[in-house]
Amino acid sequence: MKSVTKAYRPISWPMKGSGGDTGSWRSHRPVVDTKKCSKCQLCWVYCPEAVIDRHEITIDYRYCKGCGVCAKECPTGAISMEKEE
Amino acid sequence: MTTSIKQLPDNEQVLSGNGSCGGCPSPMALRIVGKALGPNAIMLLTPSCAVASMGMTPRLAYNWPCINVCFATAGSSASGIAQAVEILKEKGRLQGELPTVFNWVGDGGTYDIGFQALSAAAERNDNIIHFCYNNEAYSNTGVQRSGATPRGSFTTTTPGGKRQPKKNMALLMLEHDIPYVATATVAYPGDLYDKVVKAKSIPGMKYIEILAPCYLGWQFDMPDTVQMSRMAVRSGAWLLWEAENGKISFNNPSSFIVSGIKDADPVDEYVMKQGRFNRLLKGPDAAQRIAEIQGDIDRQIAFMRERAKITI
Ligand SMILES: Cc1ncc(C[n+]2csc(CCOP(=O)(O)OP(=O)(O)O)c2C)c(N)n1
Ligand code: SF4
Ligand code: SF4
Ligand code: SF4
Ligand SMILES: [Mg+2]
Repeated sequence: MKSVTKAYRPISWPMKGSGGDTGSWRSHRPVVDTKKCSKCQLCWVYCPEAVIDRHEITIDYRYCKGCGVCAKECPTGAISMEKEE
Repeated sequence: MTTSIKQLPDNEQVLSGNGSCGGCPSPMALRIVGKALGPNAIMLLTPSCAVASMGMTPRLAYNWPCINVCFATAGSSASGIAQAVEILKEKGRLQGELPTVFNWVGDGGTYDIGFQALSAAAERNDNIIHFCYNNEAYSNTGVQRSGATPRGSFTTTTPGGKRQPKKNMALLMLEHDIPYVATATVAYPGDLYDKVVKAKSIPGMKYIEILAPCYLGWQFDMPDTVQMSRMAVRSGAWLLWEAENGKISFNNPSSFIVSGIKDADPVDEYVMKQGRFNRLLKGPDAAQRIAEIQGDIDRQIAFMRERAKITI
């Protein structure tokens, strides 16, 4: 049998922003009050977009879709959803 | 002991800025699955929201080699890939640990369209993990009824509410006599993580089903994805269990409900928070419709309690 030597390369590669700058979808922006935050990481674990830094609890607004799951799940009420301009 | 959130690994297999709706349960669950599987895996998908969410060429939202296959073929395609990697290893063309071959498939691709090929893969005990992220409808095409849609739920093909109960797919997979079956949901990430770690270590066919509340299809508020998942478990509408070599055990908090230590929450609150149910609960027959939904849940709890007693 003839051996196949041609290498087939995929056309897509893992990269952030595959859906574009999804931060532009937001109507409300999650804002963390660091004084109230206990660093429990619940917001980090539930964020569907993986945009929360688990140690600093900072948010990458370029991709955060503003879904509000983090604010809803935060046990200390440290995250408020503020209307975008 | 369930793995705590702070013990979960750092790796991210779902990359920010993907195409899913805000609050989508599919990337939420897949992030946890990715932490358990690690980067050495091959992902197969059938047409679904998870495919539509992969993003636009040349970018890809999932940090694994991904293969999109025809709707009916998740079982057979994954079996083929699992065979292929084993043969490549035998021939010395693949070094190191074999990648985990897994399906990430919706309820449509699992309960209905993909059932035959999945059943065959289970009967052959092929070395794959089939994940069903179950949003209880064909969401990607605008929310049509599936075999996972519960009784009483509105979809575009059940405008008056579905008249039949959903099927118990995880139990059907268990009855194929495969080494591992589990159910999970997004509100309990430690439970999901541990189940995937376990599945990865077991050779043969593994089936893990993850209840995935979809705000668009279920018609609740976008921030409530996790709340809805938690309410499903607390009301007993979704039971957390796993079965190793056919022996079923229930996980917290479902174990308390099944054993009778704690009563399940009445289904009313869960149902009334979702437009797919509550839009049909305005007429004089509302009480009877809720009783039907509650009846299905009670019957499933009672049935699974008895089924779990069979350990031969
Ligand atoms: C053979 C075939 N039939 C129908 C379709 C159209 N289609 C694409 S995605 C989809 C819905 C999939 O539902 P499910 O598997 O539950 O995933 P979800 O969209 O809910 O995430 C359908 C019907 C298709 N792509 N191929
Ligand atoms: S959930 Fe709230 S308290 Fe916990 S880390 Fe996030 S912001 Fe802080
Ligand atoms: S609003 Fe949604 S996407 Fe943004 S950080 Fe919170 S959970 Fe993540
Ligand atoms: S329709 Fe539902 S499952 Fe599909 S991307 Fe949106 S939230 Fe996710
Ligand atoms: Mg579906």
